[in-house]
Amino acid sequence: MTEALLFKDIDEPGLSTLEVYSRRGGYESLRKALASTPEEVLAQLEASGLRGRGGAGFAMGKKVSFLPKGSIDKYLVCNADESEPGTFKDRELMQKSPHMLIEGIVIASYAAGASRSFIYIRGEYVHQADVLDGALAEAREAGYVGEDILGSGHSLSLVVHRGAGAYICGEETGLLDSLEGKRGNPRLKPPFPANQGLYQGPTLINNVETLATVPTIIRIGGEGYAELGTQTSKGTKLVSVSGHVQRPGNYEIELGIPSREIIYGLAGGPPEGREVKCWFPGGSSSPVLKAEDLDLPYDFDSMAKAGSMLGSGAIIVVDDSTPILNVALKVAKFYRHESCGKCTPCREGTNWTVKMLERIDAGTATPMDIEIMASVQEHIIGNCLCVLGDAMAMPIGSLIAKFREEFETHIEQARARNGLGAGAPEPALAAGGVG
Amino acid sequence: MSVKRYEHGSRVPGWYEPADPAKDPALVPDLAETEMPAGLREEIERHMALYPDSRSAALPALEAAQRVHGWCSPEAIEQVAAVMGVTPAYLAAVATFYDMLETEPVGRHSVYVCTNISCSLRGADALYEAVREAAGEDPDFNVRSFECLGACDIAPMASVNGVFVGPLDVGDVPQLLEDVRAGRPVLAAKQLSRRKVADPNANSREFPVHGIETASSSDVSGGGPA
Repeated sequence: MTEALLFKDIDEPGLSTLEVYSRRGGYESLRKALASTPEEVLAQLEASGLRGRGGAGFAMGKKVSFLPKGSIDKYLVCNADESEPGTFKDRELMQKSPHMLIEGIVIASYAAGASRSFIYIRGEYVHQADVLDGALAEAREAGYVGEDILGSGHSLSLVVHRGAGAYICGEETGLLDSLEGKRGNPRLKPPFPANQGLYQGPTLINNVETLATVPTIIRIGGEGYAELGTQTSKGTKLVSVSGHVQRPGNYEIELGIPSREIIYGLAGGPPEGREVKCWFPGGSSSPVLKAEDLDLPYDFDSMAKAGSMLGSGAIIVVDDSTPILNVALKVAKFYRHESCGKCTPCREGTNWTVKMLERIDAGTATPMDIEIMASVQEHIIGNCLCVLGDAMAMPIGSLIAKFREEFETHIEQARARNGLGAGAPEPALAAGGVG
Repeated sequence: MSVKRYEHGSRVPGWYEPADPAKDPALVPDLAETEMPAGLREEIERHMALYPDSRSAALPALEAAQRVHGWCSPEAIEQVAAVMGVTPAYLAAVATFYDMLETEPVGRHSVYVCTNISCSLRGADALYEAVREAAGEDPDFNVRSFECLGACDIAPMASVNGVFVGPLDVGDVPQLLEDVRAGRPVLAAKQLSRRKVADPNANSREFPVHGIETASSSDVSGGGPA
């Protein structure tokens, strides 16, 4: 990578203050953007090819262009409810460079014509929310947020809204309900938030990292940004590497570098003497990949082609000392806890998956349970209002598909321990299942 | 964690008691007749003024009341309802949805131990058991296993009264509880806010810059004052 963009001087003492941020060129992009028309700013965002960094990877410029034109009340919501297991990149940005996010929000609101904006930050990020509040007060004082920003005629209010602990509020429509002061239940789509979002008004929702990238795009230009990365995955990405690696943490990479370079080169790989057993390329919601996939380029399309997804850019590495059942159980229990309960396939599917996995662990399962469990996953996917159920079904389905033998061995051994015999009611059926 | 059960194995308390159809639903409490702790009303009203629809203040308002009462008690909910002009039932529905709003009395010091996948791969389950055991029956502590707190770089970790600390091992537990009891900053050397980013490419002045400033075609027309 040529130059760190988001992480440039990230540990500079006092970067979270307006003084240091301005000294490092902060809010120059805002001046540049306000000196041009909103259409020109939008054209830069579209030219950059920036794809949403929250998980879905939707083109940010296109999302902005979906908002209706005209002088109706429009909203911009920054999704800072970073709750996907393994993800902690937004935390680093908000804590250390909050002004970069605020600047990005003001520029994006100018392009979208939004006059009110909110940062929905998860309640657990107490320190980060305090830092944001402090930075916001400074930005308001300096005239970067508020009425008639820098004499441009563009006005924007910004509120830091703290959540109270619910993964589902990271889902955009669940977030909107929560921001309206309700339970965070997802809504039926369409209508999409671009047409009917917060308070039924047109709403642009973007992840922290996406919005924090906007000042860079304005600074180096949309086409300059698009020179980084691959054909369909432009720019740089923050990657959170965790689990069994020697140097867990956030790294800024240019999209498209080999995954091995991230896991081994930057994060140091698994501890001495251990091997990668499997890895989640985009948070615990992404289907797992195995060691043989380590040479894949790390970008949106390569991950999708391999049957997984880039998601939020959270790589969780599991080494060969870990039983795969423990991984599956942790993942499934999380989604059971976080399911809002609105849709039956998700509410019941996550619950029964946990029960079946526990049965395998306890040694009362038969090999047939693997079939049932796999079919439960298939019945969740695509059948709910939001993708929380899918977010369990995809990794569990992939764990069953890729580590079937280990599940079977586990069942056999646990049954033997309990004196229940081999555990296959019809040996032929069990054998068929293996093939 | 075992699920609490009520009559006939239900998870819902009081479901077996027959509902009285003649009973009126609880109305919006009268603000003038509701006893309010000092400052709570002002704080909630300050939040309400921030939003186009004052109901958006439900979460910050409940959080403020919880800070005063220690949990979202019926009394706390009544007070918030009176200020916000909504029914207590509405707020109870909201409060039961969120993990950080307590619907039963708890200790005033919260210790959330993350036991999600990244932390558990690094020994969080043993850590959680150790914290629970060490806190024992101390009524001042609210020890919970929590879903991913977004700090997997310091796994296994815990959020102690909102302060992230890690990486922790079982040996840190006595010091952690001791610091909380004494009102000191908890495990000062292990607080997340002091950690530098792991990226070796960040913060490096001599890192080569090329192909960035020269992208002349991408200049936003109009230009900036610089």
